[in-house]
Amino acid sequence: MVTETATRTMTYQQAINEALQIAMREDPTVVLLGEDIAGGAMVDHLVNDDAWGGPMGVTKGLVQEFGRDRVLDTPITEAGFIGAAVGAAATGLRPVAELMFVDFFGCCMDQIFDQGAKLRYMFGGKAKCPVTIRTQIGAGVSAAGQHSGCHYSVFAHMPGIKCIVPSTPADAKGLLLSAIRDDDLVMFFENKVLYGTKGDVPEGDEGIPLGVADIKRVGDDVTIVAISRMVQQALAAADTLAAEGIEAEVIDPRTLSPLDEETILSSVAKTHRLLVVDEDNPRCSAATDIAAMVADKGFDTLDAPIKRVTAPHTPVPFSPPLEQFYVPSPDRIVDAVREIV
Amino acid sequence: MAAGSAQAAVELDRDTLLGMYETMMQIRTFEDLAGKNFAAGLVPGFVHLYAGEEAVAVGICSQLTDNDFITSTHRGHGHCIAKGVDIAGMVAELMGKSTGVCKGKGGSMHIADVEKGMLGANGIVGGGIPLACGAALTARTLGTGGVAVCFFGDGAANQGTFHEGLNLAAIWNLPVVFVCENNGYAESTPVRYHCAASDIANRAGAYEIPGVVVDGLDVFAVYEAAGEAIARARRGDGPSLLEAKTYRFYGHFQGDQVTYRTADELELYKQRDPIVALRKAIVDRGIAGEDQLNAIDARVTEQLDDAWSAAKAAPFPEPEEALTDVYVTY
Repeated sequence: MVTETATRTMTYQQAINEALQIAMREDPTVVLLGEDIAGGAMVDHLVNDDAWGGPMGVTKGLVQEFGRDRVLDTPITEAGFIGAAVGAAATGLRPVAELMFVDFFGCCMDQIFDQGAKLRYMFGGKAKCPVTIRTQIGAGVSAAGQHSGCHYSVFAHMPGIKCIVPSTPADAKGLLLSAIRDDDLVMFFENKVLYGTKGDVPEGDEGIPLGVADIKRVGDDVTIVAISRMVQQALAAADTLAAEGIEAEVIDPRTLSPLDEETILSSVAKTHRLLVVDEDNPRCSAATDIAAMVADKGFDTLDAPIKRVTAPHTPVPFSPPLEQFYVPSPDRIVDAVREIV
Repeated sequence: MAAGSAQAAVELDRDTLLGMYETMMQIRTFEDLAGKNFAAGLVPGFVHLYAGEEAVAVGICSQLTDNDFITSTHRGHGHCIAKGVDIAGMVAELMGKSTGVCKGKGGSMHIADVEKGMLGANGIVGGGIPLACGAALTARTLGTGGVAVCFFGDGAANQGTFHEGLNLAAIWNLPVVFVCENNGYAESTPVRYHCAASDIANRAGAYEIPGVVVDGLDVFAVYEAAGEAIARARRGDGPSLLEAKTYRFYGHFQGDQVTYRTADELELYKQRDPIVALRKAIVDRGIAGEDQLNAIDARVTEQLDDAWSAAKAAPFPEPEEALTDVYVTY
């Protein structure tokens, strides 16, 4: 008898919520901490109800099932509660903290990278830090310079941190389940522009392993490695290119650290061309890292220079035409492919 | 408050008192030898010595079990010893040897033993304060009955993490005791310059938790004040801030020329050496004689000499060891 996992259509946001619910049901040591993740703490008529369920509603409904001892609203005190999540992880809980926007990392980076990420190593492997930090990334809603960055490259640079960049609802669910079950510090980057996007999501509690890329589109002529929301842009570009007879293979690395080098190198060995599409800033970035990795390990398979399409090296601008210029577009991806095919 | 005037001085039993004396001597001897062997070039990097502050770590940790957690500072050797971390493993760690408690990967500033409830010395001033809140959250969530004690210095009391941590612990009513070891100096900068509060304990008032100043050179006074704060935390009545006024006999780090304080000031505090005071109290009360205390001193000296001999003889880690223990899985 062949069994197939049933799927439903749900949004990226609903898929994340479902993963949190599953993780909290299966493991009583999973607790959530963050600003307004329930909201309305100590308000009489919201004892076991949420005011917001997170600023975007991603954690909505969880306080009703799990109560305020496991869905902990925090003060606006990122160093305090992210650090508390790290300390709790080192002592027996499996916390999931929400850093509302990744741009706020400056308020708590010591607790993430000097404490949580280094603790196991500095202690000679005699400790672990199973904390997941969920955070919003991405331009596209005119949230301007301090609420729109991607910045995952900063975290991928740092040893001791794992970085997840889901692009679809199914990936978001499966990868978040694996993140929470993982014994290391994991940064889980949710692209705010994707929250409303829909896709088929498997039922059940199966995780997607970290460090395994997904080939979102098969093609023979060029490899496009695209990160987070850029997967959608790359797939749109691939449709345009297909009309011209160019078949692009679109690879979603899904996790930047660890990075599935093998899937990328195998694809480049087939297509002999590589374009990396990344919404993060271009200096010392995921895009430069992937390009360097292929130049180092796959140079002999290349028939053209490696290209990158990234955000410019600027903060994210506010005004819609400026912001649209900032985010890599399908047109820019198509133009870059035409240069190397 | 004169040394030994606290109620604890008359209530503590003989074994506890002698145990506290021995632990304080272990710390003092550990630090004196660390300083000496650092000067001899046996210790890479840098070390911050705790000598003079022993009454704080011992007065507090003697009331904790392995079920309780502590966070520590760059000046963490005393906290580690008081919390029961293996001394021979600590010495080896100072030397960067493979037999160190952290396999040579942490060094003086990152000695840790989570099994003993010791969540690490910490190279970041104020870095351990949120971690202690997290350990207390674990204790409360899992109902372990444990508490977290957070050691930090007067310098850390100006960091944002201090204020964030106290506020978080207060609103969540966490079982944590914040212990400010005010030794008068943040590196070379006197507390009278760097801190707007005459007593750091006053800052507890901003978070409406108890704030107590205690003579950090008097192990009985520390023991008694900490006992109340720990009991309060265990009862579920929330956090406290304890400020122990203490003094470090060495500089900020070994090699510090200590030009910022006078010889007279140092001498004044050496006259109030917490170990001498405890020894005198033990003898005066007829709990033990000089001979018995000398025997403890000799035992400690032998233990530390053996630890240094073993560490010197131990191998350095293989270079490839640098690549392990970053992740559990990767």
